[in-house]
Amino acid sequence: MATTDTQSSTKTMKLEVFRFLPDEGEPPSFQVYEVPYRDDWVVLDALNYIKDEIDGTLSYRWSCRMGVCGSCGMMVNGEPKLTCSAFLRDYYPQQIKVEPLSYFPVIRDLIINMDHFIDKMGEVKTWLIPAEDKPIEDGEYLQTPAQLAKYKQFTMCINCMLCYSACPVFGQNPDFIGPAAIALGQRYNLDSRDGGADERADVLFSDEGIWECTFVGECSEVCPKNVDPAGAIQMAKVTATNDWFKSFLMPGGRKKSGGNK
Amino acid sequence: MDNDSSTPTAAGPVPAKQHIRKMPVNWWLKKPAYLRYMVREITCLFVGGYAMFLLMLAARLDKPEAFETLLASPLAIGLQWVALPFAIYHSVTWFNLTPKVLVIWRGEDKLPGFLIAGAHYAGWLAVSAGLVYFAMSGGTDG
Amino acid sequence: MRHIGEKKINKKLPFVRELCQNYVGIDPVDEMIPVRPVIHYMMGGIDTDIEAATSLPGLFAAGECACVSINGANRLGSNSLTELLVFGARAAHSAVRFAEQNPTVDEEAITAQAAQEQERIREQFFRPGKGTETIASIRTDLNRALEAGAGIYRSEESLKVACDQVRELKERYKSVELADHSLTFNTELIAVLELGSLLDVAEAVTHSALQRRESRGSHQRSDFPERDDEQFLKHSLAYQTDGDPRIEYSDVTITRWPPGDRVYGNN
Repeated sequence: MATTDTQSSTKTMKLEVFRFLPDEGEPPSFQVYEVPYRDDWVVLDALNYIKDEIDGTLSYRWSCRMGVCGSCGMMVNGEPKLTCSAFLRDYYPQQIKVEPLSYFPVIRDLIINMDHFIDKMGEVKTWLIPAEDKPIEDGEYLQTPAQLAKYKQFTMCINCMLCYSACPVFGQNPDFIGPAAIALGQRYNLDSRDGGADERADVLFSDEGIWECTFVGECSEVCPKNVDPAGAIQMAKVTATNDWFKSFLMPGGRKKSGGNK
Repeated sequence: MDNDSSTPTAAGPVPAKQHIRKMPVNWWLKKPAYLRYMVREITCLFVGGYAMFLLMLAARLDKPEAFETLLASPLAIGLQWVALPFAIYHSVTWFNLTPKVLVIWRGEDKLPGFLIAGAHYAGWLAVSAGLVYFAMSGGTDG
Repeated sequence: MRHIGEKKINKKLPFVRELCQNYVGIDPVDEMIPVRPVIHYMMGGIDTDIEAATSLPGLFAAGECACVSINGANRLGSNSLTELLVFGARAAHSAVRFAEQNPTVDEEAITAQAAQEQERIREQFFRPGKGTETIASIRTDLNRALEAGAGIYRSEESLKVACDQVRELKERYKSVELADHSLTFNTELIAVLELGSLLDVAEAVTHSALQRRESRGSHQRSDFPERDDEQFLKHSLAYQTDGDPRIEYSDVTITRWPPGDRVYGNN
């Protein structure tokens, strides 16, 4: 879209883009680009136009253009956004400021280092740990629609990390496990086929886990998929508290977590 | 601002230098929602202060005169006037968040959030009404 | 979709509704969705067997880049993810097996080969002032050439034009110069390498389509509208040569579903 059938319209718009080129050894700066304005263009289209027609050195991540892959998250006028869903028409004629996602280390231009986030998902074990292992010949692990409904919302996460850039707790403590990883942990803890809640508890309920969260709630506000990580964290707190009380009532029989399935 | 603690990434060679951004001290002024959050957090000081005041009152329950002196002192009245709006703000923001903490399932559907928050408001109202009734009717005894 | 109702749409087609609302500004619950054709998926790919192995020992492929040939002549929507999961796992297992069976690696040779490739890339793309072409102009022209020549309906005439255009674009590709010479997250370098692959794939597609004088699945020839099992119940295999690709054919294994007529609805 960026290079084909560009309208002959003369309207233009300015983008003020964060630049950081580590090879040059220069401190970060902002560069202003003027792009054609089209009311069906999103910020990502404008960036692609800059890359194709003005400055091939501008670097950023993107892939699907339709809010599914979670690659193109950036700060647009200070708000974490998927740039593929942020329409120019919502900002026109004001200049748009584009920066890399807040709080993450910047590798180059608009590209952040997400290694730490990927590591956290590994620590939380955001995958299905079957409650009972059975051979393939025995068929599927069946689930009722009601069992699916309990966690389905949390499966919508596309790992775009917008929630981290909206989270002042993560801003102050980069080791905080953070909204998406906890929500994904909760997604599996609430899955009737999963038996990994105990394995996840050590990380989820650690000092860097759910108790770091002070319920600012902005993670859920910026989530493009309505995952509601803030809700997931509070639910996990309730579960953890219940388990803690249960550990007093049933000494020796302490079950670390569980999640009400 | 930059540091050398770079790690290899899947994208290619080890980044020479990463740029680390510091969180600005006034971050909570950058967004109305952050400011509302900070106010909510600060109101807990007043809620806590009011709780202390209640404890002080409770300590004087066996001495009606001391109880009334404390209750009628300008400082106590001032504190209550300040604490009341903050306590209300704290309660309202908290009650509005309850649907996230308390999720009740009916088959495949969640109980709508307004019902859960509504139940809390109803409870609040009921308790308040009960207290007012108790104060009004009980007040004649004293 | 209006007859389906909000509840069912939310349950069965939530992504469709979300896309319509966010990108087209309409709600399919009570409005009609505008529909038009779009390029969606590359249905051919690197020829692999059922264990994801290619004809090159040690090279495994899975997903959109591969062609295990489980999709017939026209892939059904949503099958790509399932295919990716199944054959991605198989590719991983195959690669592990291959590594176990071939424990010794000539590291010196590999390092030398990598150095040679780095030098080639440097020589071809990082040469200030020598190039005249940009990635965007070639990519845009490639889009147009394939859309016009090898789109939904193809003909001998349109395909021949497309073959010529792709050949010209491959020539122009030799003069691409990059603005970005950095070795830190150089997305422009990735794009130019991908563009080279796009051109190779385009060449394989246009030449295979030109030689397939029939219509089958997604390949619709306006000059040969009928399916011809006699001659073309075959896989097309394109081999790179110094000139145009050489097209060969391999047999098709039919399992449960024999080729049928391309009809929709109640016909």
